[in-house]
Amino acid sequence: MTIEILLPAMSPTMTEGNLAKWHVKEGDKVAAGDVLAEIETDKATMELETDEDGVVGKIFVPEATESIAVGTVIAVLLEEGETASDVSAAPTIVSASPENKPEIVDVAAPIAQIVTEDDFPEGTTFTSTTVREALRDAMAEEMRLDDDVFIMGEEVAEYEGAYKVTQGLHAEFGDRRVIDTPITEHGFAGLGVGASMAGLRPVVEFMTFNFAMQAIDHIINSAAKTNYMSGGQIRCPIVFRGPNGAASRVGAQHSQNYASWYAHVPGLIVISPYSAADAKGLLKSAIKSQNPVVFLENEMIYGQSFDVPDIADYTVPIGKAKVVRQGSDVTLVSYSIGVKFSLAAAEKLAAEGISAEVIDLRTLRPLDMDTVIASVKKTNRVVCVEEGWVSCSISSEISARLMEDAFDYLDAPVLRVTNADVPMPYAANLEKLAVVTDDQIVEAAKKVCYKAGDN
Amino acid sequence: MVIEQNGLTDMAKKPTTKKNTPKKITTPRKITKGGKVAARRKPVKPKALKATSDELKGFYREMLMMRRFEEKAGQMYGMGLIGGFCHLYIGQEAVVTGIQSTLKTGDTILTSYRDHAHMLACKIDPKVIMAELTGRETGISKGKGGSMHMFSVEHGFYGGHGIVAAQVPIGAGLGFAHKYRGTDNVSVVYFGDGAANQGQIYETFNMAELWNLPVIFVIENNQYAMGTAVRRASSEIELHKRGESFRIPGEAVDGMDVLAVREAAARAVDWCRAGNGPMLLEMNTYRYRGHSMSDPAKYRSKEEVQKMRAEHDPIDQVKQRLLEGNIMSEEEMKAIDKEIKTIVAAAAQFAQDSAEPAPHELYTDILVAE
Repeated sequence: MTIEILLPAMSPTMTEGNLAKWHVKEGDKVAAGDVLAEIETDKATMELETDEDGVVGKIFVPEATESIAVGTVIAVLLEEGETASDVSAAPTIVSASPENKPEIVDVAAPIAQIVTEDDFPEGTTFTSTTVREALRDAMAEEMRLDDDVFIMGEEVAEYEGAYKVTQGLHAEFGDRRVIDTPITEHGFAGLGVGASMAGLRPVVEFMTFNFAMQAIDHIINSAAKTNYMSGGQIRCPIVFRGPNGAASRVGAQHSQNYASWYAHVPGLIVISPYSAADAKGLLKSAIKSQNPVVFLENEMIYGQSFDVPDIADYTVPIGKAKVVRQGSDVTLVSYSIGVKFSLAAAEKLAAEGISAEVIDLRTLRPLDMDTVIASVKKTNRVVCVEEGWVSCSISSEISARLMEDAFDYLDAPVLRVTNADVPMPYAANLEKLAVVTDDQIVEAAKKVCYKAGDN
Repeated sequence: MVIEQNGLTDMAKKPTTKKNTPKKITTPRKITKGGKVAARRKPVKPKALKATSDELKGFYREMLMMRRFEEKAGQMYGMGLIGGFCHLYIGQEAVVTGIQSTLKTGDTILTSYRDHAHMLACKIDPKVIMAELTGRETGISKGKGGSMHMFSVEHGFYGGHGIVAAQVPIGAGLGFAHKYRGTDNVSVVYFGDGAANQGQIYETFNMAELWNLPVIFVIENNQYAMGTAVRRASSEIELHKRGESFRIPGEAVDGMDVLAVREAAARAVDWCRAGNGPMLLEMNTYRYRGHSMSDPAKYRSKEEVQKMRAEHDPIDQVKQRLLEGNIMSEEEMKAIDKEIKTIVAAAAQFAQDSAEPAPHELYTDILVAE
């Protein structure tokens, strides 16, 4: 029996990778632990080792091949007594179990087109950019513009970011401005706050916002309140950023959405973008801001590409929501990855003759209710969509404000479509049940339009 | 200093068949560029500093100002003019006075909520401090901070922090900024013996030494964290040793003697300015009053407090030196006393006469308008 070497998943969210380099050639003898190849994922370059002894029988995927699906047979090893003729000519392509695949891969490119339309001056050119690259570009640009901007966090420098968001920054800006911290969120968040009080502009990366719970005292008590308590004397121009919300199969302690926690706090600005253009433009605005900003990213969309305008020093204003899809029957209000689900739902609703307008809030504090209410005046129906818990959520806040400020324009109760009210389970099937889906949104939209089956 | 072998190299060797006592495995120490293990460093003690006559007079005046100001604040609290919490510094005056005398323009300091005297030491006008205590629009934080939350960027005073120990990483951040900007300024971070048990302090010690930050950590050990004596809360009561496992040199100082404080502080400041990284000073001091104004005073005896006052009072010590050295007469001292009483009375009057903040101030200074 020959041994198939498959392209492995090297992170919870990896669906494909590039084969950067082979370290062996056909006919080479290898022992368990030998490095066979270098695999490049969207997060890092890793070495693929063999678990078995044998001889490299056949290499199916040449080096420098891009976008190979996880599970693809890239080579076979021969065991003792076998020859190259034992290798079947065509490799069996094994794709990752669909159960385990994150929702993200199912809906893709066309959505990105919608987001970047019509806001830009005529003649604007665009470059397809991942959210990850857009965030990096934002930091790099601001660091070039202002020596006071620096980035600190766990693995941001030599490792180039646990999620590769700071790739290339250490090479360009060096140890002084790209700083690896010890694993001490509480301490380095406080240190960052102190540096910002002295007038520097720190960008503090949390490997995920789940770990920022260790640091939340400094985000709230030290960063958010000091301007007020000092009668406007002490500024805190700091950005706390990192992935927020559910990744994939990482369980309850690594999957929480903290949007409403921070959006609750006066003195903070809270941003949670969806598209790469907004990620770039808003992160640049956040770094330029005199105020403390909590910038919530989402790991599941880091690798997604969008058109980013080729505009010098491109910024997006803080506190402005965006209508990302026009519609007339129902308004879907969301942010971050929820926008993706909402756009997918809008597509499905269109097929059923329901025209959904989709609003990307982009900034969660301050909330741009004007944009939401303008839409409600047109559609008279609202579904809030949020990948997070329902109680005291951003959706709850939107609902309450609509009751207070737009009650007369509503023709149906505002509904909230959110994650299940449970700690995130690990099992693939349970996780799928816990996370918001476009079908749930479709269901809710039909309900507020009084077109659901049971109405 | 014995240089220990890097234990990891030994571990990599294949084990021999001979049954030996296993060699002690040591963790590698801070490695210098030459590959050698860096020895622990600490500043060399210079000869005791002597104060000039003018300096001694200045210390007397400053400490007396703090004492009278705090006494007045205590009275005003009793009259209901000051609300909430009010933590008095009476007894500890030598600490901030001695340290501040070694600092220069551009240096920054910050402390906990027991902060009035630190502001006076930074030469902030007593009027705006008192007006903040009474919650008036003329207060240094426009009446929105109160006793525990006062700041003055202009005077290098960065708070005034209400969460025990939160000021410590913030102070390291100020030190980080001094270094980032290439100045030789230092950041002085004050915290109490109670705060010394908080985890974030040790996270900060680690980063401060790792990154060679110009930070002087000052533990104001007034012997009680609220009502809990140091020995009841700390497994190691010699708090100046708390930096040792981070390689931060520490020193215990008689915090009731302003000259001893100044001498130790000068050494620490030189050490930090020269780029040697942080230093830790434990100031052994004593607070005469309760933790705050609502202190049951059941955790210590009146005799203990009385003994400290009688034998170690920081102001009396300076007074004694002034008299013994014929630097100042009793009359001159009385004149200073009188002058200070007038200043404090004026501050108290100002704090009562000033208006409360206008209602619209409720919604200002939340975010900086952009």
